[in-house]
Parts: sequence; C-alpha cells; structure tokens
Amino acid sequence: MSATITAPTPQALARHARRRGTGARRRRLLLWIATHALAVALALMFLAPVGFIALTALMTDQQALTSELWPRSWNWDNFAEVFEKSRLLRWAANTLLYAGLGTLFTLVSSVPVAYALARFRFRGRRAAFLVVISTMMLPPQVVAVPIYLVWARLGLTDSLWPLILPLLLGDAFSIFLLRQFLVTIPRDYTDAAKVDGCSDFRTLVRVVLPMARPAIAAVALFQFFYCWNDYYGPLLYAGVEQENLTLSLGLATFKAFHSVQWNLTMAATLLVTAPVIIVFFFAQKVFIEGVTLTGVKG
Amino acid sequence: MTSLPAAPPRWRRGEGLRALAWLSPWIAGVSIFFIYPLISTVYFSFHRYDMYTLEFIGLDNYRYLFQDARVAASARNTLWLVAFMVPATVLFSLALAQLVIRLKAGVSLLRTIFYLPSLVPMTAGTITFVFLLNPATGPVNHLLSLIGIRGPDWFGDPAWSKPSLTLLGLWGCGQLMVIFMAALLDVPRHLYEAAAIDGAGPWRQFRSVTLPTIAPVLMFALVTNVIYALQYFSQAMIASRVAQGSTDSPGSSFSPGYPDESLLTLPQWLFQVGFRDYSMGYACVLALLLFGTSMIFTLILLRQFRRAEEAS
Repeated sequence: MSATITAPTPQALARHARRRGTGARRRRLLLWIATHALAVALALMFLAPVGFIALTALMTDQQALTSELWPRSWNWDNFAEVFEKSRLLRWAANTLLYAGLGTLFTLVSSVPVAYALARFRFRGRRAAFLVVISTMMLPPQVVAVPIYLVWARLGLTDSLWPLILPLLLGDAFSIFLLRQFLVTIPRDYTDAAKVDGCSDFRTLVRVVLPMARPAIAAVALFQFFYCWNDYYGPLLYAGVEQENLTLSLGLATFKAFHSVQWNLTMAATLLVTAPVIIVFFFAQKVFIEGVTLTGVKG
Repeated sequence: MTSLPAAPPRWRRGEGLRALAWLSPWIAGVSIFFIYPLISTVYFSFHRYDMYTLEFIGLDNYRYLFQDARVAASARNTLWLVAFMVPATVLFSLALAQLVIRLKAGVSLLRTIFYLPSLVPMTAGTITFVFLLNPATGPVNHLLSLIGIRGPDWFGDPAWSKPSLTLLGLWGCGQLMVIFMAALLDVPRHLYEAAAIDGAGPWRQFRSVTLPTIAPVLMFALVTNVIYALQYFSQAMIASRVAQGSTDSPGSSFSPGYPDESLLTLPQWLFQVGFRDYSMGYACVLALLLFGTSMIFTLILLRQFRRAEEAS
C-alpha cells in the first residue's frame, strides 16, 4: 500500500513494509503522512507524563500545588532535598542487593533446570514443564500466608532475605524463558559433545551456554528489573523501618510523608526511574529480543 | 555426573536419574514454596489463627466468605478489569504494533518511546498518573479545561478510578506491543500478496490473513493478561494509597481499594486481612479462592501450550 523504503529499518521490517503499489502515488504519500503523524502524536502522548513530572520536579513547592505547567523558577536543588529528606541512597543500596543477588541466584539455579527440561529425555518431562508454567502463573498471594509464617519463625521478616533466598531454588519465569530458548538449539551440537566424551556439565558450560548467551542476558535483565521494580514482595517482608525499604516501597511512602510537596515527590520519582532508563539504553537489543522470546511458541 | 563413554546408546542410559539430579533443586523449591504452602493453606483455612493462637473453627471461614462485602466488591472490580482493561490493553497493543511495523521513518526511535514506559517502576508510574490526573493540580484536567471540558475526579471518583488505571495500563503496554510486532512480522508476505490479488481490502486482509496467523499469540496474550488481572495488586494498592494520602506505617488509617473499594481486588483484600489484620485463617480461604480462579485460566493456558508443542 505504500512506496519503497526511505529510511534504514531492520530487515524484517523492510521486508514487511515493501508493498507492490497498485494505488496512485499520491494516495500512498497521504497514507505515509497519516501513519507517521498518528505515530508521532501517540509518541508525544507517551512522553508527556515524563515531561510533566520533570517540569513539576523543578518547581517550588507552592507552584507545584497550582495547575501551572511551566516552572517559574528552576529549582534544581529539589533533587538534593530529596536525598536529605529520605533514605534514598539506603533504599537504592537495598534494592541493588535484592536485584543483584536475586539475579545471580536466579541464573545459577535456573539455567541447569532449564537445560535438563530442554535436553534430557525422561518420563514426566512434559508434566514438569507444565508445573513450571503453573507456578509461573500462580498469584504470589496464594501461598503467601504459610511462607510468611516460616520466614517469621526463622526471624527473617523485616528484611529482604525472604525474597532473595528462594531464588536459589529456581525461578519459574526464568526457567520457562531459558527452556524456550534452549529447545531451539539443535540436538546435534549437544550430542556431538557427548560423543566426544563431555559430561552433562561440560556440555552445558562449553556448548550450550555460549549459544544461549542472548537468552541468558535477557533472563538476567528481566529478573533484575523484576526485583528492582517489585512492590508486593518488599511490602510483605521489608517491614516499616525506613532503612529496610526498597526504592519502589520507599517512593510509595515518600508521597505520604511529603504529601503537600508534589515537586519533591516528582523529583524522587524521576530519581527512581532514571537508572532503569539508563540501563535500557545500554541493553536495548537484549530487551527486545527477550520480550519476543516470551511471546509463546513451544 | 560421570564422564561418559562414546557410544550413543550408552550415554543415553540413566538419563532419567541424571535429569532428576539436575532438577532436584527446583523440585525442592516447588515442594517448599508451592506444595507445602498449598497444603498448609488448606489446613489453616479451617482455623482461626493470628500468629499466636490456633483454633479449629470448621467451615466458619468459608461461611464468612459469602457474607464478606469486600469479596463481592473485589469480584466485581476484577470482572471489570477482565471485561474492559484486558481487552483494551491487548487491542491497543495490537493496534500500536500494526502502526509501528507500517512506519518507514524513525521506527527504532518510536518503538523505543512506546516500549520505555513498560520499564518504569510500577510505583513511579502509578504515582505519576495519580499526579497527572489529580483534579486540582494535575496537568490533564488543566489542559482539558482549556478546551472547555470539565475533567472527572479520576482516582478520587469510584466511577473513574478503574478507567484511570486502564490508562496507566495502556501507557505501559510496551512488552505486549513488542510481542505482537514479532508475531505480525512472522506473517508470510506472500499471503498478503495473494489476498491483494484476490481483491481483499485492508480489513479483509487483516481478518483472513493476519488474524489466523497471529491467533496463538493473541490467545496467549489474552489468557496471560486475564491471569495478571486476577493478580492485580501493586498499581491499585499504590493508587489507592497515594490518592488517599496514606502510609503503611502503624496507626495510619487506610481504606483498602479507595475510593469506595472501587480499586479493591482479591489479592489486596487478602493482604489486608492476612498481613495487616492478622486473620490468617480467613486469608487462607481468600487464597484458595484466588488459587481456584487463576487455576481455571492456567489450565486454558496449559492446553494452548500443549497444542503449540504438538504443532511444532
């Protein structure tokens, strides 16, 4: 329905976009303009929330309580004030511990399980995979009460350990994602390694892991982001002490404690969001490929 | 993990046992964090338990379930989410994906812009929307008033709180958009060409070519999003708290699901009952209810997976 490619686009996009034109050149041009105008308009709407919080974050607290959109003065020290008025750095450290250690544990525990599910032939293999999917879709609140009681008895509530330690025993979503990728590795490679006398472990480390790097990177990023953004888990276990909170949880309480200071709340919101966006720009490709992997297909 | 001899039939031997060894940490995980707590939840559901005293009360907790107005409210809200929010999010993501794959200029920039909000931490995103939609100080109603529209009370109005959260959901639909983009690009080109030669217009092409090809992905997206709607917790909880100005500190008053329980969902009510009011026995009944409903949709999902596996 439209002309040939004018901008460098990924090949797949290009293949799709090429259409044998039957309509007039003019109609194609109009359609081109309409599609792009719509996309740009939507993009502006997607960006607008970030723009508004940035502008509000720079206002004085009085101005932030009005409906004015543009700051009368640019109060950059609002950001400094957020650090003074909250334990933001402490929250960041807690969050980093949760996300960092959580990701490490997840990878160490989930890769072998995914490998076994993808490669070994055994009775109950399909049943095991169905259990993975079921636990992946299980609302975390279903089993929350008994698990909470166990952690309470161990004296580990009011900390993030109840969220980190279980990841040593595998994470369903990560296992699922890795397994989906590992089944696509042709058996010939692993079989050849076996024929050469490699143990299962060596085959995994020498043959499978190098080939699975994109999937492992995607799982690591997803798990890191999941922990970084998690609200429910820390809400349940971190308790109410300010110094035990994570960024997500702390930010939610920040608004309540500084309810008339929308400017500071918005500054804190930006500070919590910024690291995520920065990481994304460094690892964009891994993300997009990883998301595609979650799409389905056996 | 012994080193294995070369002959193919030999190294296949004992694969079941080796698999068991490799899976054992995960099996332990499922036992400790799924099977044990599930059995334990059933046990507690027949008891009154506040972390100190345990008292058998038979079916009382189950009977109370039917009198609990909050459960009814949660069910209504969840039904709304499934009926409106899920289809809206899925359709919007699909439309957005269709739009992006048609673009010729600025594709990667626009794709990034549409994708990014889905990475914004839920807390930050929700607070942002509560601010944007604040009737007194937020920019949205201000902009609406410039064109002569009196904006609603959004997160302060029980009739508008769920639509407000839906807007937040649409803003964060990037993951789904990327999944749909991949699916749409997988549709063989020649099918469109054949359809075009047969004189099929854009709508007809979508119905006869696109839809059948992406149907598995679409179904998968719908079912997983229904399950996520059943679990809906963080955004609703944060929106309620921030809109109401309540902290989670002891002594702070908080009406769950504010305004008027319009944002209350079963997981939130379970959290309140079990971990703020410490009625853990009754919380377990709520947990079993949640388990039952989500299991129905999980089974549908599993059937789809089996079909996909058989097809490939």
